Formats: sequence, structure tokens, C-alpha cells
Amino acid sequence: MTALPITLVLNGDERTTTVEPHVLLVDLLHDAFALTATHAGCESASCGACTVLVDGRPVKSCTMLGVQVDGCAVLTAEGLTQGDEQHPVAEGFEAEHSLRCGYCTPGMMMTAVALLEANTNPSEDQIRVAISGNKCRCTMYVNITKAVLRAANSSQDVRV
Amino acid sequence: MLPSGFRYVAPTTLSAVVDALAQGDARILAGGQSLLPLLKVQGVAPGTLVDINRVEGLDRLCEADGWLRIGATVRDADLESSELILERYPMIADAARRLGDPLTRNRSTFCGALAHADPAGDWSTVAVTLGADLHAIGPHGAAVYAARDFQTAMFETRLAPAELLVEARIPAPRPGQQSVYLKVERTSYDYAAVAIGMMVIVEDGLIAEASIGLTNAGPMTIHATAAAAALVGHALDDRDAIDRAAELVLVASNPASDLRGSADYKRDLLRVLTKRAVRTVAARHLEELA
Repeated sequence: MTALPITLVLNGDERTTTVEPHVLLVDLLHDAFALTATHAGCESASCGACTVLVDGRPVKSCTMLGVQVDGCAVLTAEGLTQGDEQHPVAEGFEAEHSLRCGYCTPGMMMTAVALLEANTNPSEDQIRVAISGNKCRCTMYVNITKAVLRAANSSQDVRV
Repeated sequence: MLPSGFRYVAPTTLSAVVDALAQGDARILAGGQSLLPLLKVQGVAPGTLVDINRVEGLDRLCEADGWLRIGATVRDADLESSELILERYPMIADAARRLGDPLTRNRSTFCGALAHADPAGDWSTVAVTLGADLHAIGPHGAAVYAARDFQTAMFETRLAPAELLVEARIPAPRPGQQSVYLKVERTSYDYAAVAIGMMVIVEDGLIAEASIGLTNAGPMTIHATAAAAALVGHALDDRDAIDRAAELVLVASNPASDLRGSADYKRDLLRVLTKRAVRTVAARHLEELA
């Protein structure tokens, strides 16, 4: 099938490419843009490892077509780092030892980033609900929750 | 990875969507949360995907002229976070919190779920229980289907192949109306083992009207009319009436044994959920009076 032209804002930069209709968003990120931080886990919409933000909303990139992000803003884990500056969520994951194998981490972080955009001061319960679509088979949920709390607190310190 | 070999179009107007569908061998892509997994396993293999996400106005969610109007691309996350839903449509709010998972809900749609017609789908039960009207458009113009007469078989509806479900309209709540959706899942965000939707209208302390819908309790979404009728004319705490309603829910249901439980277990759940649903609408009714 014919490849279709798309233009998107990917991690802040406008990018143009062509993509065949059957290519999933996660594969587009890997193959067209060499962005491999987004992990394909179950590829059946069950695990959330492939979570990216499309126009600010966390979605499973294995359950969207690449061609659907034409005209959209897409943010992946690579887009969280500004120069040498780590994102507060990434700092939180490091400080709270929130990963073991790390496979869920990029998706988990993207969900956390979206939560903190919408709610700068989430409760533990709100964090647990927000990350409930992201599976961590190493069961690091307690430390992940702590990481998001830490990121929320540190972001608030910056603002004040 | 998806099998290759389909065309993709993303029209920006309804008439262009209808034209694309009229070419035949097409599937509508709304939220895609059921369709894409189905495409992956080749459960469906359409020649063309018609993406409706770029059609303007389909994402409208509002209450107007006595109806709650849910457009074809309104996301479940929009329903979950809507103040209007939280304040006036408790059954929808209940279901929205328990359906898919938060990531899925950022894409999945109410109307898409109705068109998918999965007997385990929560939204079909909500639409049936609340008596929704489903507005469609196709090559022969507009059509309206009653949600209670929409499914024709498992995963089958009255929608013609070239018809698009544009909007679901749910009657706005009337005075004394209360509702609930209760669901039992094997794991959080799983499909329902079984679930129940219940709506009652209370007048002078008695149930004047009732409606009960059942999820995953048979090959199609079930509207348990006899069970609901058993509640009418009785108080919300009338144990005999509640017991009769629970028995009649079992008569209406025909659950299959599957990964989510045996048929016997599901029947037991349905009996318990019916009673629990009456207790919950009663508690919500008292809360509103207080």
C-alpha cells in the first residue's frame, strides 16, 4: 500500500516522513525516527509499556496507527531530557529506585508526566489510579508512586 | 505489527465519511481500541479504514433539549472527567471509571463500543438501561435506532455496512431518577465477569419506573424488563420485591462459562449484584434527599 506523508511535532521538533497505513505508532517511532526508548511490550493493548503522549494524552502507541499522528504533537521518553537536564520524573525514578528491569519505565514515566501536567499535586491514590494502565512485572509500584510524588514536590519547589 | 494491505482515509466531513464507506469493504476507525487488536489477529481484514477522528463536531458532549448527546469521537476519558456526567449521570460515571484502563480510555469511545456490540461491553448495557437513541447517517440519509433494539447478534447490530453511528442520545434524568453500574472483574480493568446497570425513578418513596441491563450475561446485552417490573410499585427497601427482581434477572440471563468464571458463578454474581444495585440506588436516593 502507498505510504502517506505525515508531519508531526515530535519531542518539540517538526518532523516529516511517509508511513504506510498498517504501521503502528510504536513502529513508526522505532523505524522512521530511530527513537527506541518507547518499548513494545505485549503489543496487544494490555501492558502500557509503549505509552507516549499524543497531544498531551498518554496513549498506547501499539494501538494507534502511525498515520494517525499527522498534525499531532508526540512526546516520547527521549523528549523528557532537555540538554543535560533530567526531567523531574526521571530524577524521581532514579532517586526512589523505581525500576528493576526497566522495561515499563519509559511508558510509566510518560503516564506520570501527563498526570503531573494535569494535576501538579496528586495524592498517592490519584497516582495509583493514573498508572493503573501501566504494568510493571517487577512490581515496583510502591517505588514508582514515590517517584511521582517526589517529582511533584520537586516541581513545586522549582515553581516557588 | 498489523497485516498490511488496507487503504487509509481520514475524511474531514460526514458526507466524505459516508462516501468512503459506500465504496464497500470498509471499517470505521474511531478510538481503535477494539479494532486495532482485532486487525492484529486478523479478526477483521477490511480493504479500507475510514478514520473519523478528523471530522469536526463529532467530539461534542453536551446536554440539550432533554438529551445527553455523546458524539462519535467523545473519548471515555472525556466522560470520566466531565462535570456534567459526574453530577447528573451516575451510571455513566460508574462505568467510565472501570472500563478499559486510563490509557485505553484516552482513545476509546462510547459510540464505538455500541457499534462493536460486544456482549461484555459496558457501554451497550448503559445505553440499553437508560434507553438511548442512536443516531446514524448513511448513503440513504439519517436513521435513528433504539439502543434496546440495536444489537442483532453477538458483535452484530442494525447498522448498515455504509452507516456511521454519529451520536448517542440518552434521555436527561427526570425528577427522582437514580442509577448505578456495578461490575465484577477478575482483575482491575478486565472485561466484566458480569455487570449490571440499574435505573429507577422514585416517586413518593416508591419505585415508579425501573430499568435493568446486564453485561456479559448472555450472547447479547440483556434488557431485563420483567426483573425491573418486579420493582415497580415497591419501596427501595422492599426485600421481597428485591428478591423477586434478582430471581427474574437470573431468568433473563444465560451466561456462558469462560475465562472470567463459570456460568454458575456468574449467575450467583448476578443475583448478588441485583440486590446490591437496589441498595446502591437507595443510598444514592437518600443522599440526594439529605
